[in-house]
Amino acid sequence: MIYSDKVMDHFNNPRNVGVIEDADGTGEVGNPVCGDMMKITIAVDDSERISDVKFQTLGCGAAIATSSIVTEMAKGLSLEEAAAISKQQVADELGGLPPAKMHCSVLATDGLKVAVDDYLVKHGREPLAGVIQSADPNFDPHADEDHHDDAEVVEHVHDHAGADGECSVCCQRP
Amino acid sequence: MDTRYFDYAATTPVDARVLEAMMPFFSERYGNANSLYGLGRDAFRALEDARERVAAGIGAADPSEIIFTSGGTESDNAALLGILTRVSPNGGAHLIVSGYEHHAVLHPAEWLAKHGYELTVLAPRTDGHIHPDDLRAAMRPTTKLVSIMHGNNEIGTVNDIKVLAEIAHEGGALFHTDAAQTLGKVEFDAVDLGIDAASFSSHKIYGPKGFGALYLKKRTPFETQARGGGQESKRRSGTQNTPGAAGFARALEIMIEEMPVEIPRLAGLRDQLIDGITSSLENTEPSASTGARLPNIAPLLIKGVEGEAMLLQLDNKGIAVSTGSACSSGSLEPSHVLLSIGCPPEIAHGSLRLSLGRFTTDEDVDYFLEVFPPIVERLRAMSPVYARMFGSSAS
Repeated sequence: MIYSDKVMDHFNNPRNVGVIEDADGTGEVGNPVCGDMMKITIAVDDSERISDVKFQTLGCGAAIATSSIVTEMAKGLSLEEAAAISKQQVADELGGLPPAKMHCSVLATDGLKVAVDDYLVKHGREPLAGVIQSADPNFDPHADEDHHDDAEVVEHVHDHAGADGECSVCCQRP
Repeated sequence: MDTRYFDYAATTPVDARVLEAMMPFFSERYGNANSLYGLGRDAFRALEDARERVAAGIGAADPSEIIFTSGGTESDNAALLGILTRVSPNGGAHLIVSGYEHHAVLHPAEWLAKHGYELTVLAPRTDGHIHPDDLRAAMRPTTKLVSIMHGNNEIGTVNDIKVLAEIAHEGGALFHTDAAQTLGKVEFDAVDLGIDAASFSSHKIYGPKGFGALYLKKRTPFETQARGGGQESKRRSGTQNTPGAAGFARALEIMIEEMPVEIPRLAGLRDQLIDGITSSLENTEPSASTGARLPNIAPLLIKGVEGEAMLLQLDNKGIAVSTGSACSSGSLEPSHVLLSIGCPPEIAHGSLRLSLGRFTTDEDVDYFLEVFPPIVERLRAMSPVYARMFGSSAS
């Protein structure tokens, strides 16, 4: 498992670390039990574009790098555009992620979606993103015992990431 | 940048003296030990000389009790599958392994459980040791084999194998131990320990990779796991690795010669690392700190930091370490070893294993203690939950 130079650059020199005071929207996803957690704060300007983004992340190299790049990608975007950033776009922007690390990019995109929704809800509007709806309550986490070894399945598994960004398969510990 | 290597429990460099002992067997004395002409007889003598030295080094009663293998993993697989399928060819027998074994023991044990054998996975206690009473309680009339590691590769605890083997024998079971981590670092005498089988690895003791041994006490039932030309007294077919055997034997001799000096030196450096880290960084502690321990493993829990992030930051400083975090392994769960001793997953993600060896210097330890705290503080400062979880800032 080898990280691209760009992943290492964002891990070693993360952009936009911190918390925006009086942020317009806040997203907090992940769980320390799973080993990664991200908090993202956004400032939204009058034309409803993201004028500033900051993040804090507990996690591995990929979790920090994906958090960092998503803040760069989101700046200047409309709320809709920001919420539509996909995990694949994040991975591509970083020059690729090792298959076992693809789930880390979900943390970053989910964090941003939650922050956008937080802004909208605070303004009495309907949330945009389907983060919460994507969790499938009928999904059997142990249907495929070897899911950890299979890159394709790892991705599939994380399509079932829970409302708080927690992986419903691997982090069902008390 | 030179690597400051703190991962001797993962592998070790081949010692120059070991390499020297191996060299003649590549291109000069290259015969097949099973050939009858001079070149073959020469290789055979070298192989049997190595076998005698390895037998002496581990306290076997007879050189024929040493089977050369491709390493610890093959030895573990052969021990579990070979013994159990011979003792009880049609399944049904009960096997006990500890919960913090290397996967080279756990996975064959799980395979056996799927193929007609009963398996008990025995948890260590929170101090990181297998308690004799727990083994006694797990024994059943059908228990035929118990496999408990000598020293743990992640937390460094060393089990009282002699007592555990006695309990197994009292219950009519055979006893195997994975001694890959302890060989040459903890006194090992197979006869005195009373064990039936043990696994050893060459590359953990400055020998070549891809070589190891299985100790199998005389008359221990064993079904070969490699059928073919019948080498190793029909217990492991395949042309023997003469350079590997010569290297392993030399490596073991050096380990044993240097033990009286190396053990206290390494234990001193280990304690210096543990004390240095726990005193300079809040919310850090060793994951195991009581009872018998390997002299060369400093197992640390750095709370509120993810292990892979520490590993990569240390790599930037030229330091090589291991972590039990999920993210380092490509799996999504933290170390089964840490979970087995009751370490919560959110803490296990921040584990760091420093393992020392022959070429670790005082200066390496000083360098580590200098560069490590700022790395942890920086990562904690980036965390959204450190202050919330641990109640104070990382300043």
